[in-house]
Amino acid sequence: MSSTKLEVSGLSVAYPNGHQALDRVSFQLSSGTICALVGMNGCGKSTLFKSIMGFVRPSGGKVEIHGKPVRESLKQQLVAYVPQSEEVDWQFPVSVWDVTMMGRYGAMNFLRIPRAIDKRKVEESLRRVNMWDFKDRQIGELSGGQKKRVFLARALAQGGQVILLDEPFTGVDIKTEKEIVTLLREIRQAGGIVLVSTHDLGSVPNYCDEVVLLNRSVISSGPTSEVFTEENLSKAFGGMLRHTKVGQNYTEFGSLTAAG
Amino acid sequence: MSGWLDFLEFEFMRDAMLVGSMVAAMCAALSCFLVLKGWSLMGDAISHAVLPGIVLAYLTGLPLLIGAFAAGLFCSSSIGWIKRHSRIKEDTVMGVAFTGMFAFGLVLFSRTPSEMHLDHILVGNILGITRSQFLQTLSLGGAILTVTLMLRRDLLLVCFDPGQARAMALADRFLNYLLLSMLSLAIVVSLQAVGIILVVAMLVAPGCIGHLWCDRLDRMLIVAITSAVLSTWIGLMVSFQIDAASGACIVLVQAMFFFLSLLFAPKHGIFFRTT
Repeated sequence: MSSTKLEVSGLSVAYPNGHQALDRVSFQLSSGTICALVGMNGCGKSTLFKSIMGFVRPSGGKVEIHGKPVRESLKQQLVAYVPQSEEVDWQFPVSVWDVTMMGRYGAMNFLRIPRAIDKRKVEESLRRVNMWDFKDRQIGELSGGQKKRVFLARALAQGGQVILLDEPFTGVDIKTEKEIVTLLREIRQAGGIVLVSTHDLGSVPNYCDEVVLLNRSVISSGPTSEVFTEENLSKAFGGMLRHTKVGQNYTEFGSLTAAG
Repeated sequence: MSGWLDFLEFEFMRDAMLVGSMVAAMCAALSCFLVLKGWSLMGDAISHAVLPGIVLAYLTGLPLLIGAFAAGLFCSSSIGWIKRHSRIKEDTVMGVAFTGMFAFGLVLFSRTPSEMHLDHILVGNILGITRSQFLQTLSLGGAILTVTLMLRRDLLLVCFDPGQARAMALADRFLNYLLLSMLSLAIVVSLQAVGIILVVAMLVAPGCIGHLWCDRLDRMLIVAITSAVLSTWIGLMVSFQIDAASGACIVLVQAMFFFLSLLFAPKHGIFFRTT
């Protein structure tokens, strides 16, 4: 078996209305990688996520995880998803514990009655993200950063090898951002693949090993230092960058944000 | 005080209490998920859409239950199909689809000579329930209630985060259709007791009451079911005492429960809001 774990090859997706959302997208990620998926709104980031989660049927190409097709890898609980905060209804009658336990459903029998191992995994995961003390809180009673960490705990409890994060840093303070990044590094250390969809370019070089620049097709992909160049970025954002001063020194990315 | 329990001497009242409680509990359990999923209008849509199914079943000699169930499923699945294949939003599609089907049912009904009373279909006739309807309601209602409670965790996940359900290879589509089918079936089962108009209330109010009182699904289900069954008992008692339409009394009591919860529920009531 090769070391490649997530392999997207020639992936094309067309919606019924004829819109070509993805055009022959190919890239590979090996275990122990944090990769940023960067592009403008409507560049196909969410379609790519949906393809990896088996939501949309590709019109061409394929996604394989560990050499297995998507459907099979989902059954083996290999893919975990951390949704955008805006997608979640925070008024739901569920506690921090309940949400984290949802990550274990795939491993339980059909009545979803938690076994000892499920409870242990949930506790471990909540402790790892420092949310154990909040386990009985209703999720609406948490701060923005705590909310994020609960969903990360769910991904950990699930034990996914590929973790998809959708805009994890929107509405999150610097301290939480650092905590999340630390967690992501731990996941990388443990051999996981983290794919982060983001338009927050500033922090990408701080924590991402690789970058996939997307605009329906892949503009450039590979190690961050090679891909994250002024030329590539202006290609991806169609010259919409507010600050085009991109130096070799990554600390200069601090104020870099994309418009559009 | 003796006068208030007199009604239990009558068999039809005892039957009504039993059937009413079962319908209330079943609708209450489903209502929790409808409220959480944002499907409150779906109950409204399906309940109206069953009318043509009932009349067509009557005309062809099929069991009314089957006609109604098929019409309900046809309505809900066509709403989904139109939404996916056009630019029209779901609530709009619902508004057009169910009123259209309801009107079709009314036209069919007015052209069909029958013994059926329209007002019995519309507002129910819980006091005139037949033996076979009695047994049918209890068994089907019990089955729906059991399945809903058994699968409550999966149904919750599908309402809460369908993305995660799909990513874990849970049968999210199946669960959606299951919820729709149980909803259609529950409406048909409730017809005799409260009618197609009032069943809408039973499919929404208890879930709202539960959501106002609780921050956990299990407690929400308990509060919803308890309040619904209690409303049924009080409603029937009141209807017996003042000789008013029984289905309407039940729903009225439920509406009062909702209103009181809205004002006084701890934490989420308007007077005690903390968040």
